[in-house]
This record gives sequence, C-alpha cells and structure tokens, in this order.
Amino acid sequence: MTGNDNRLINGALKLHIAVCVVFIFAPILGSFVFSLNSDRFPSLPLGHFSTEWYRLIWEDPFVWAGFLNTVLVGLIVAVIATVLGFGGAYTDFRYNFFGKNVYLALALLPPTIPVVIMGLAMLAFLSRVNLSGSAISIIIAHGVMCSPFAMAIIRLRLSQMDPDLEAASWNLGGNEWATLRHVIIPFTKPAIFAALFITMAVSFDEFAVAWFVSGLNETLPVKILGFLQGQVSPRINAIGSLAFLSSITLIILAQMLLRNSTKEKS
Amino acid sequence: MNMQTPVKSEAIVRLEGVVKRFGEFTAVERADFEIGRGEFLAIMGSSGCGKTTTLRMLAGLEDPSEGNIYLDGARVNGKATWDRDTPMVWQSLALFPFLTVQENVEFSLKMRGVSTAERIERARKWLDKMQILEFADRNVSQLSGGQRQRVALARALVTEPKILLLDEPLSALDAHLKVRMQAVLSNLQKDLGITFVYVTHSMSEAFSMADRVVIMSRGKIEQIGTPQEIYHAPRNRFVAEFLGSANIFTGKLVEKSGDLWQVETAHGRFAVKAGPTPVKSVGDTVSFVVSAEKMQISAADTGVPGLRARVVGEEFVGASAIVFLETDAGEELKVQKSHGELASIDLHSGSPLNLHWEPEACHVLPGE
Repeated sequence: MTGNDNRLINGALKLHIAVCVVFIFAPILGSFVFSLNSDRFPSLPLGHFSTEWYRLIWEDPFVWAGFLNTVLVGLIVAVIATVLGFGGAYTDFRYNFFGKNVYLALALLPPTIPVVIMGLAMLAFLSRVNLSGSAISIIIAHGVMCSPFAMAIIRLRLSQMDPDLEAASWNLGGNEWATLRHVIIPFTKPAIFAALFITMAVSFDEFAVAWFVSGLNETLPVKILGFLQGQVSPRINAIGSLAFLSSITLIILAQMLLRNSTKEKS
Repeated sequence: MNMQTPVKSEAIVRLEGVVKRFGEFTAVERADFEIGRGEFLAIMGSSGCGKTTTLRMLAGLEDPSEGNIYLDGARVNGKATWDRDTPMVWQSLALFPFLTVQENVEFSLKMRGVSTAERIERARKWLDKMQILEFADRNVSQLSGGQRQRVALARALVTEPKILLLDEPLSALDAHLKVRMQAVLSNLQKDLGITFVYVTHSMSEAFSMADRVVIMSRGKIEQIGTPQEIYHAPRNRFVAEFLGSANIFTGKLVEKSGDLWQVETAHGRFAVKAGPTPVKSVGDTVSFVVSAEKMQISAADTGVPGLRARVVGEEFVGASAIVFLETDAGEELKVQKSHGELASIDLHSGSPLNLHWEPEACHVLPGE
C-alpha cells in the first residue's frame, strides 16, 4: 500500500500503539514482574526471583474459596447471559413490533449504568426479595449485566445471515423449532461460543456489583479488595496475574471464533 | 378472467380471487388462474409486480388476504409452508453455508424424519441426477455458481414433490451459464413431468421455457397464454409494450366492412384486419399493434402510401437489425429486418423513410 503512505499518519499510529502499550500493558506487566519478586514492596531495584507469593495464595483457603466462587458464578452467568442474549438478538432479527427500538434500548442498557448505582439497586432489590448475600444474587446481577454483551455479539452474527435461509428451512419442512435448532443455532454457533467466553470474562472481572450483593460468598475481585484493605501484599500481584491470564485467554478465544466465522462468510 | 387458455390437463393449483395486501399496499389484486399438472408456467413482470408474492403464497410463506388457493384439490389457505410439499428454489439460492452439499440436499428429508440410511441414499441419487455427486462432501462455498444452482435444485427435488417453485433462480448467473441452466431446467421438467412455477423478469427465460406465461403488472394479471399467443396477440397496451417489439397505434374506428376496419389515427387512416376481437362499433377508440418484423420499409420517394419517419438509430440483433425511427410528431417506431433487406436503404441518422404494412399484419388489442 505504498500509495497510502503518509509519514504523519504512520507516526501518529505508532505513537498511539506506544501509548496503549505503556498505559495498559505496562502496569499489568509490572504487576506480573513484582509477583515473581521476593521483596514485600513493589520497588526497584528488584530482589531475587521467587514463587513465594504464588505458594502463599495456593495455600490460602480463602483465595481458593473466592476463586471457586468466581468460576462457578462465571460459568453459570455465561450460560444464562448467552441464552438471554440469544433470545434478545433473535427477537430483534425475526420480529418487527411496536416499540421495538425501546425494547432494544432497554435490552442493551445495563452496561451504561454506573456499576455502583447498579450494585446498590441490585442490593436493595435482591434483599427485598430475600436473595441477597448468596452466590445466586451475584449470578442474577451478573446475568443482567452480561446479557447485553452476548446479545450484541449474536446480533452481529445474525445480521450476516441471508434472511432467506430461515424461510428456506421452513419451506423444506422444518417448523419454527426445528429451524431454530438446525439453521439458526448452527449459523450463530461461533458467536454463541464467543458470547459464552466474553460474558464469563466480564463476570470474572466484575467487582463493584459483586461487592455489593455477595455477602459472604465473595468472588476473587472482592477478595482482592479485602487484601488491599488489610495490607499491601505481593499476593495481589500474583492473583492479579492469574486473573489477567484467565480473562485474556477467554477474550482471545472469543476473538478467534468471531474472526473465523466472518472469514467463513466471505 | 375469461381470456385465458384452458389448462392442458387437470389443474394442480387453483387460485380463486386471491388478493394479498401488506398494510395499505396491494401486492396482488384478484389473481384467478389455474396451473395444470405437469405444466411449466412462468410468471413474468417487472420488479414489484406481485409475481414473487404470488409464488410465496403458493409456497405457504405468505397467506392470502382474500380468496382461496387450492393445491392438488385441497384448500391450503393458512397451511404452514412446512406442512406443504412446495419446495422453492430461491433467487439467493439460500443454501446452508454450515452444511456440506450432501447435508444440504438431505435437509428436507431430515426435517421429515426420514432414517439416516435412506436419507443418504436418496440425496446421493439426486446429486447424481444433477451431476454433482463428486462434490457431495464439499462445502457450499467451494462450488461455482452453476454447481450451487444444481445443489439448490437437488435440495428442492429430493422429496420428489409434485410442484417446484422457482424464484428467479438464474438471475445471478452470467449469460452463457444462464442459457445452459435453462436447458437443464427445461429437460428436468420434461423428464420429471412435475409442475414448475417459474418467476422471472426476463422475457427470454419465460418464453423459451414455459408452456404458458402469466404477465403481471402492479399486482394485476395482464394476460395469460402460451408464448405464441402472447407474442402474436397481446391483450393490451401494457403487454404489447412489455414485449418491446411492437408499434402501437391508437385511433377512431371510422368504417367497418366485415373484419376489415378503417382506423383514423394521428398518422392517417389505416386498414386493419380485425380478426376475432371483441366487437367495436364505428366511433369507438381502437388500438392496434404492428410488430417490428411485419413493418415494411422503403425509401421516402417511392410513392408507396404509408407513414413517414426519420431514422434515429440502429441496433444490431444477430442476423437482423432493429431500426429506430421517429415520426414528425415525435413518436418512436421500430422496424426489424434482415441485414440484406436493409442494405439497399439509406439508414443514416435523420434520413426520411416510408413505413407501411399489410392490414393482416395488424393486431387489434382486445383489452383496450
């Protein structure tokens, strides 16, 4: 693309990437480096290499409890949010009705609400219906927060579908359920898996709402806050590095699925 | 409508006063016709004329707002498309991209609960018939346009239906492939002996394949008949203009002696052989057409009585050419002649020519 070379734009793009790397990945990398450092405080020069902090969190039953809670909540939330998201996206694809724009706006709204407000509202509501302070309350809250992500991903995939495909399936003898099962779901499968991974990652990382509604069943991010309130411990670096690795793995998997499905289409 | 030719055998489809409205818009206005068993019927018209809506009503993808549709003797209004056996070949083909060629063809058998072994056998039989058995395990995206077309046909025909609906299936193909697929479709229909209902905007497709053609415009049926009937005896101005090769004249009937009429038009008085057209009396307005190839053409100064017009252009059409002319009143006329006949005539743009025709060359439009 020699014709499109512009030194100024190229320079700006490079600077942009550099800024992204410095401000997003450098702190994460720093946390990773300090998690393997023997010193108690994150300062330079570094001490010697040590897996001590990882050993400590490995042996900490509270960390394990938080981790298991997080995974359990994440798995269930991913399934619930994806089912809800699929329903929303398919409704949008298939039907036209009065107030559809309002429906879509409401369905996609939750991520735009400040999490603290969301958390408070959830706590007030869930305690009123006697569901607060349990793992179920986190699942409900995260399900609400994550389903718009699933819906957006699946909606995008459905928009790539030839609308005749569904009618063709009906015409070939498949009723609405059979068509959903044999045409719509197979077509959107990559997006469904991507939605599962991304909603799980969102739930995995979500702290504020979980903090409000979790009670004694704390997830890992809530646990980290607990550590921070007590003392500055390099264990946080170790937990953070592991949490980052899990999330980024899920996101990359989702990206790969979405990229392949777009390629298949073209 | 009583101007339609009777179907050649018993009817498999009957439309009775079928109307389809979408809100305020009427897509199909009172369709009344029958389709014979084993007939190749083309529904032709420009986009938005209601031809695809008519097809979708036969398929059960749309329900008529009024009237009845009978399929094989039974009224099918409100019967879901998946409960009918009226497969359709789509303009977009609508092949399932996530299935192999074989799985695409098996689809409707699977939906009907046919066992796996039988499914495979029947699908392979149709793949073989359509000469695409070697691609059975390929992904649809790996096939050429013509091959996909064959997959779509195999997929629709695998249940061995009595009727096949085709919605502009060839419109995405290039001209060369189009002609080949027309032959494939024509032969297939003859071999299977089933009814084809073929929607198209292309006159050449409709006229070269169909036993009968339905011409629609703005939701109304303008004419139903064999290609010959329609070509030689268009019912009204719309059909004549749609066919494109006719010159249309309108005037007042001033004298009748038997079926030889004298019609006074803006271009002068012409003798018209009326034929078996509806009765008109002296003083009525009459429209008649003279097809481009029945027009005679001669140099302006030969003294033969006729119509004077100036050449505006010429179009090469294989062994013949169409000469476009304009009268002094600005009306466009067409003459189609072989290159040999045209050789002796000066065809420079603007040169004046004399046009004339036999009274027998005229066809009175009965619907005007």
